[in-house]
This record gives sequence, structure tokens and C-alpha cells, in this order.
Amino acid sequence: MAFLNKHQILEKSPTLLLVGTLLTVSVGGIVEIAPLFYLENTIEEVEGMRPYSPLELTGREIYIREGCYVCHSQMIRPMRDEVERYGHYSLAAESMYDHPFQWGSKRTGPDLARVGGRYSDAWHVDHLKDPQSVVPESIMPKYAFLAEREIDGEYVQDLMKTHRFVGVPYTDEMIENASADFTVQADPDEDYDAMLERYPGAVVSNFDGEPGITEMDALVAYMQMLGTLVDFSTFTPDANR
Amino acid sequence: MSDIDKDDVTGVDTTGHTWDGIKELNNPLPRWWLWCFYLTIIWGVGYTIAYPAWPLLNSATAGMLGYSTRAEVAAEIQRFEDQNAGLTSALAEVDLTTLADNADLNRFATAAGASVFRNNCSQCHGSGAAGAVGYPNLLDDDWLWGGTMEAIVHTVEHGIRNETGDDPRYSEMPAFGEILEPEEIDQVVEYALSLSGADHDAALAGPGAVVFEDNCASCHGEAGMGDIEQGAPNLTDAIWLYGGDRETVHETVVHSRFGVMPPWSDKLSKAEINAVSAYVHQLGGGE
Repeated sequence: MAFLNKHQILEKSPTLLLVGTLLTVSVGGIVEIAPLFYLENTIEEVEGMRPYSPLELTGREIYIREGCYVCHSQMIRPMRDEVERYGHYSLAAESMYDHPFQWGSKRTGPDLARVGGRYSDAWHVDHLKDPQSVVPESIMPKYAFLAEREIDGEYVQDLMKTHRFVGVPYTDEMIENASADFTVQADPDEDYDAMLERYPGAVVSNFDGEPGITEMDALVAYMQMLGTLVDFSTFTPDANR
Repeated sequence: MSDIDKDDVTGVDTTGHTWDGIKELNNPLPRWWLWCFYLTIIWGVGYTIAYPAWPLLNSATAGMLGYSTRAEVAAEIQRFEDQNAGLTSALAEVDLTTLADNADLNRFATAAGASVFRNNCSQCHGSGAAGAVGYPNLLDDDWLWGGTMEAIVHTVEHGIRNETGDDPRYSEMPAFGEILEPEEIDQVVEYALSLSGADHDAALAGPGAVVFEDNCASCHGEAGMGDIEQGAPNLTDAIWLYGGDRETVHETVVHSRFGVMPPWSDKLSKAEINAVSAYVHQLGGGE
């Protein structure tokens, strides 16, 4: 019984108890968190992922500013009902350029992980301005003011630099052309080939149908690319995940 | 250990801690509690052996049961697909013109189509398919691009005026604000209103008929009955997609309209497309 009574040594010294507790708890942290940074099967690489274009990134900032994530998740869980409703379950790699990720934790509205391309630009504009005009049973608030707030991408270059700082692989070329790419994505009459080369699969459109670039353009540009980058007809899931 | 003594009343050891003469008893933990605690430890060890758990150098241990979330969801989806495999494959290959004659398959198609519709189409066309301003009502027999099963299937597969699909239905009304004089527009608006018997200014509608014949008749037809080949709406039936009041019709003529529907062939299976088309077809207006 002498050994079993040794716990009294820890219990009678606050400092030793503190150190012992920290050591024990950190085992949990090390075992659960550290491997996520090196295990190959948590950082599965998929084809098609690219950093957000300047306009999409701006739209994403608006998405975060307006707290869309409070009601909308961006994470299709691997369950049959979700896959049937929203499409292929989300992959970790699809959020690899998200800082912070937008998985969300509550669905008052539907999941948006694969909303890109499902509806027309005009629908998104109608719906954001007055959700009940197209979905009468919706309880979503109106965001009509987005269409009136003009933006010029003044800070988008800085924003991209910040994202590069935390690991998004924006090239010097992307950063240099940030403000041109920002403008050209919302104007199908301009020459947008170079932008598309930098950001393959980006949707070029005058999203809100009005001249000038507004927050509405940016948000709809972001909506229209969500979940569209990975081609799931060529994706083979690794079963060991 | 010298200050550990027994409590007189219960005969239990004390911990040796004393506060103001009050001593703490050193009762052992309840047996049932202790055994549950040991059991959870054993269960925990067993769990990490059975299921994916411990991180190693390149991957985590896979677990004896070979459990995988992805494999499980794939199996679950497969199980449901197998249940309806006969009906689904029959639906994917069915001759669209005879689907209505096959009562069993048609019932399956309509029920499946209703859920496909609610999930994918109701956001624009409404959960009851009555549409909204700018999004066609699918309950009536007024079709922009045709209401036969083949026509509906084509529309669902390829969409309308989108950039993403191959071969979408496409037509574009010019913005006549840049083509006609303002007074000509006023005249043709009155004429368009007159076609469906709405209140109109006959004095303006008269010359409007000439403007209509020169500019609009090639798509909307001499009599304004529309043309399904070009998605040109019938102007005589008082069914309006964007609104039939004078102001809205004026806006439509000046700026034109450009309704877009996305293609669904990349998101829905052939059977789902046939199902949702059968559902829409039987809503009331199918031809």
C-alpha cells in the first residue's frame, strides 16, 4: 500500500499538482491535435482547389461580416440524407484556403457548401434583397443594402497578402493583379482570360445586373463558386478516412 | 502517519486533516463506482483497438473492425439505390412518351420527382410550383419552351441562357430602349397590352401594331402568340412572367429580360431528371 499512498505527495504540493495536471492534459492535446498536421490522410490533396479570386475573397469577407455562418453551414457531412440533399460530402481539402473556415455549427438555413451554380445570379440577387419574394416561407433577413454599397477593391491586395502570410499560396502575379482581377470578374465585356488563367473555374458575370461593383456582386461571386472547384466525377475517395 | 487515527463513532480511518477540531474521514470510494471506472478504462482500450484511433507516423491505426465513415455512407447510399434499382433503371431508360401509360413507374416517377423538385427547383419555382416574379409558374399550360415531356427534360438537363451547360436553350430579346424612339415604345407597349385585352390607349395601340410587326413579330408572332422554338412568350394569354401592368411591360421592352436557369444534368441523374420532369408534367399543364 505504500506505493498507492504516493499520490499524497502530488496532492499536498500545489505546484507539483499543477505541473502534473498540465502534463496529463497536454497528452490529450498532443495525441488529438498534433497528428492532424502531419498525418497524410488528414491532408488529402484533391485536384481543382485554388485560392479565392479577389472578388470571391471580398465576397467571403462580406459573408463573414454579415454573420451568414451563424445560420448557414458549409459542411456536408458524410451521411446519406445530406449527400442526397446537398451533393457529395465535403472534403477537408475544400476548406484548405479558408482562414477561418466556414463550416459553421448550426443550420437555420440550408448548407451552402455546394450552392455554386445551383441558382442563377438573378435569383441570388432577388433572394438576398428580399428572400420572401422567391421563398415565401423563408425567415432569412433582407440584405438589399448590399446592392447599394459600391466597393472598389481598395484593400483587397492587403487582404490577399494577409492570407498569403497565413499560408494561402497567392503568387506575386496574383497579388500584383489583384485590383484588375477584382474588377474584371464582374464585367464580362472586359478581357478576363488572364484572370481565369490565374483562377480557373471562376464565374465571370455582372452578378447584380447593374453597372459598377457592389458588395452584392462580390457576395454572389462567392456564392456561385462554392463547392464547384473539385470535379467529383474524377474523384476517388480514399476509403481509409 | 502518526496523526492518523480512527474516528470513534464510525471506526473509519481519518485522513489526518483537521480543521477546527473537525476531522475528515477516509472512506473508500463506493465499490460500484470504482468498478465502473475500471470498466470504462477497459472499454476505452478495447475501443481504440476496434476503431481507428492512435496516430502513428503516416496514418492512424485502422482498427480491427475496419470502420470507415466514407465506406459506411457509400454502403448506405448503395443500399437504397439497390432497393429501387429496378424502378430507377427503368425510369432512366423509359420512352418519355409512354411513361404515363406505365402506372407503377409513373407513380414512382411522380413521387421521386416531387422530392427532387422540392430540393432543387422550389427555391425559384416555389414549393407549390406556382413560380414567382421572373420565375415561371409550372402549374399552368403556358410554356415558354414547350410542355411536352421531351421539352421539359431538355430544359431541365440543359437549362436556359446559362454559361455553364452545353447547349442551353437560348434566346435574347433586344433592349428596345436602344433601338426604338420613346414614342414608339409607348405605342408598342399599348399594343402589347391590347393583345391580352388589358386596359390600353387605343390611339397609341394603333400605330403600335406597326411597330410590333416590324420589331416584335419575328419572335412573338404576327398575332403575338409567341414561339416555343425561341422561348418567346405568348402575349395574348394575360399570363405575365414579370408583370403585365403598363410600367412593367414598358420596362421589359426598354431593358429586355434575361431569365437564367442552370443546367441540372451535372447535378441530377438521368432517372432524377426524368422523375422531376414527370412531376412537373403532371402538375396541370403538361402537353
